[in-house]
Amino acid sequence: MTVTSTIAAPPINAINNRARASYARGYSKTLSLMLIAPLVLLMGFGFLYPVGKLLIGSLFAPEFGLEQFRRLIRSPLYLTVLLRTFEIAFAVTIASLFIGYPIAFAMAKLPRRWAALTTVCVLIPLWTSTLVRSYAWIVLLQRKGVVNELLLNLGWITQPLRLIYTEGAVIMAMTHVLLPYMILPIFAAVHAIPKELGQAARNLGAGGTSAFWRIMLPLSLPGVFAGCLMTFILALGFYVTPALVGGPRTMLMATLIGQQTTETLDWAFAGALSTVLLAATLTFVIAFRKTLSLNRGFAGVA
Amino acid sequence: MSPDMNYALAEREAAEMEDRIPKHARPQEVGLRYVFGIATTVGLAALLFFLILPTVLVIPMSLGSADYLEFPPKGITFKWYVQYVTDPDWIAATLFSLKIAAATTVSATIIGTLAAIALVRGDLPGKALLQAVTISPMIVPHIVIAVSVFVAFAPLKLSGNFVGFLIAHTILAVPYVVLTVTASLQRFDATLELAALNCGAGRSRAFFSVVLPGIAPSVSTGAVFAFLASFDEATVAFFLSGIEGKTITRKMFEDIDFNLTPVVAAVSTMLVLVSLLVMGGLTLLQKLHRATSRI
Repeated sequence: MTVTSTIAAPPINAINNRARASYARGYSKTLSLMLIAPLVLLMGFGFLYPVGKLLIGSLFAPEFGLEQFRRLIRSPLYLTVLLRTFEIAFAVTIASLFIGYPIAFAMAKLPRRWAALTTVCVLIPLWTSTLVRSYAWIVLLQRKGVVNELLLNLGWITQPLRLIYTEGAVIMAMTHVLLPYMILPIFAAVHAIPKELGQAARNLGAGGTSAFWRIMLPLSLPGVFAGCLMTFILALGFYVTPALVGGPRTMLMATLIGQQTTETLDWAFAGALSTVLLAATLTFVIAFRKTLSLNRGFAGVA
Repeated sequence: MSPDMNYALAEREAAEMEDRIPKHARPQEVGLRYVFGIATTVGLAALLFFLILPTVLVIPMSLGSADYLEFPPKGITFKWYVQYVTDPDWIAATLFSLKIAAATTVSATIIGTLAAIALVRGDLPGKALLQAVTISPMIVPHIVIAVSVFVAFAPLKLSGNFVGFLIAHTILAVPYVVLTVTASLQRFDATLELAALNCGAGRSRAFFSVVLPGIAPSVSTGAVFAFLASFDEATVAFFLSGIEGKTITRKMFEDIDFNLTPVVAAVSTMLVLVSLLVMGGLTLLQKLHRATSRI
């Protein structure tokens, strides 16, 4: 603005343009830095410093080196846990896809009233806490739980089945907890497909099945990829559900890190495990970051 | 040829093709489609049942009269709710969680809104990096954040402590606020702010009288997400809780492990109702707002 004041009588347009140029670009550097400073301080102290400290700490125990990581590789037990974490995350992603796709499709394509009902059924679990939903799975699957009681009453089994603390229980409960993260991106993708495309396919002689496989499915793939990536990443590092529904035989990376922190108090090893888990997660995020639009899920929610 | 014409022609052609199908083949096809339709409906209903059942199940379980979880409940009682409200430990945990969630809502909303403004409108070096760091608490596994914060905060006397929780939960909640407010700022017409400035308003006046009212719905949406992100949060709360400062989720974790009385079901029902009321209320308000702003 100092420039304009030195010029005697600039044409009105020039002032407007100058003002527009400087204001439309937005706030000055100083002001911007002041606005973002609280966030930077918060992230620095409460996030980057603790995470960095934990990760670096794993390199200095007992002295500088990769000793903690060698322990991880040398022990078949820890390698099994690592492998199982990937297996379960993969199984959960596939199960969520097969359950989630039809639901997302119904949400987008059913007549108004039925679509609204489906949406409510998707949003209610999304809105309620994962702890409550994991607890519900204990109630369902425990020895004297709902499923066993029901089967016993029906006379289909004579002895309660061992359902809880198994790998199947963990996969089922995690699938249920993470389903909304699969459904919402697919819903957004299917919803965005113009209705005319399906009609055009039908008019050109495609049957319902053929129109789905050749038109709707390929066009919804971006949503499928986003949903799969989100579900897989969340499943890799999930703590609450495996901690409650799983047992010692279904130990995952997250529960192993928790155990090393609170029971064994081996913080250096917990740091090494966290580094591996974080590296795995970030690898997937960076490799597929194009498919991941965090806004997409929100567009579905709000 | 107009598109309408095209459409009409296509429709006629389809009708003709239908006619060409041998008559005897038709009833069978219709029958198949009917069966297929029923199968789809039943399948979809089963999937929705799977989706909704575990959330709703805690309600009947919390009303059972037996001292353990029984299904179906033989008698109906509210004694577990009474036990919850009269247990000083549960009340202390609930109040502690509410206090943290309220403070987190305020801090995450203010910090996140300011940051969103700087990220959308500001002149900042390394914007992409800043954005990535802001969103990263949504990507980094919560167990890693929980253990890191626990290990780093313990020597600083911040574990099991209100301030420690406020910092940790604000970090988890702030991405929701930044994402919702950023989206709305990008939609907000910047010339309105420019007009206010041209009419003689200062930066802050223009912000508070023009920009803030415009983005207020998203700010409040972000605030609601922040509240639930803190109140329902279990992983960080599990590690950061102490004997004194214990959140409701940590208390639930302990009770699930040690005694499976229906009190936990009662508390769960309460948590479900809080979430549904808050989010349902928000959705209704958004619908109302959209309806009125269209006029």
